[in-house]
Amino acid sequence: MTIPKERHVLVIFPHPDDEAFGVSGTITTHIQQGTPVTYACLTLGEMGRNLGNPPFATRESLPAIRKKELLASADAMGLTDLRMMGLRDKTIEFEDDEKMVGMMEELIEETKPSLIITFYPDFAVHPDHEATARAVVRAVRRMEDRPKLHCVAFANNTLDVLGEPDVVYDIKPVREHKMNSMKAHISQTAWMLEEMEHKLQNGDTETENWLTMERFYTYRWDQDFE
Amino acid sequence: MELVEVNQLQAAIDSFVGKDVYLHLETTNGSYASHFNEGFFNAGAFIRNVVINFELGKVVGDSPHRVGLKLPQGWVYAQGITHFEIDEEGRLLLAGHDGTGKLAVALQLSETPFSY
Repeated sequence: MTIPKERHVLVIFPHPDDEAFGVSGTITTHIQQGTPVTYACLTLGEMGRNLGNPPFATRESLPAIRKKELLASADAMGLTDLRMMGLRDKTIEFEDDEKMVGMMEELIEETKPSLIITFYPDFAVHPDHEATARAVVRAVRRMEDRPKLHCVAFANNTLDVLGEPDVVYDIKPVREHKMNSMKAHISQTAWMLEEMEHKLQNGDTETENWLTMERFYTYRWDQDFE
Repeated sequence: MELVEVNQLQAAIDSFVGKDVYLHLETTNGSYASHFNEGFFNAGAFIRNVVINFELGKVVGDSPHRVGLKLPQGWVYAQGITHFEIDEEGRLLLAGHDGTGKLAVALQLSETPFSY
């Protein structure tokens, strides 16, 4: 599947590194095709658990580290419109729901995207992912002229319930950009990247496939989550 | 952060006795615990920037240590503490890191509020 040219792409995720694994190849491709991309990252992953042993960071020094990593990831993708929205990691679901919808509406109003990328409600595992997805879906639901809504889903029951993703992009041409985006978040991804390099060296096709294919579900308004 | 040295940590805790101090207390298994291990009962708690004033504080046990603070009308404690640091802002940061480098517990005291 080739990635179509869009007017503007708006990506909304809660944590630095959420963009790297599932979407950085797609973001890079849009940017290389000349499509403006805005990435709104709601928190700085302040509650990340990977602090090392011996520790390389503390609970209090982690946000500044992850902010630098997020900026480096944006550079790796060629992304210039990065919005850091100032919420705190692990608290999004406890914010006022209407305030969250309002935040999404403002982003949409300003960027007028033809495509929005976020998580799929009920299939996004982390409470912050779910709360982000709910807010985005609610904001888009209220629009008269809805943009396309592509959602990342990775809960263990995703295949059973949603089936195969309907949007699958081969991002091999920008594989290095994706690797560099993941490497940018080294405080969180070091152990995973090490494991991945090992598998790739052993010719593991599943890992290569995971690295070079990005998968999305078009949101199913006829089976709305609420 | 350094591995807990009991005498140093005890002195640091003592320096906060009788003062209004901001507390950060956190226990966590991580938000993915039930994703990677279905059926895992994921529990944790989080408090940040609640002001306490304690009259006695103790670090107890071999590593991982337990740290308890006695308040005039209550208690704060954490178990699993392995590392500590007094940061450049004079805040006392205690944490318990597991063998894979993941934080499992944090107990922090500061005379000024922690960031948001």
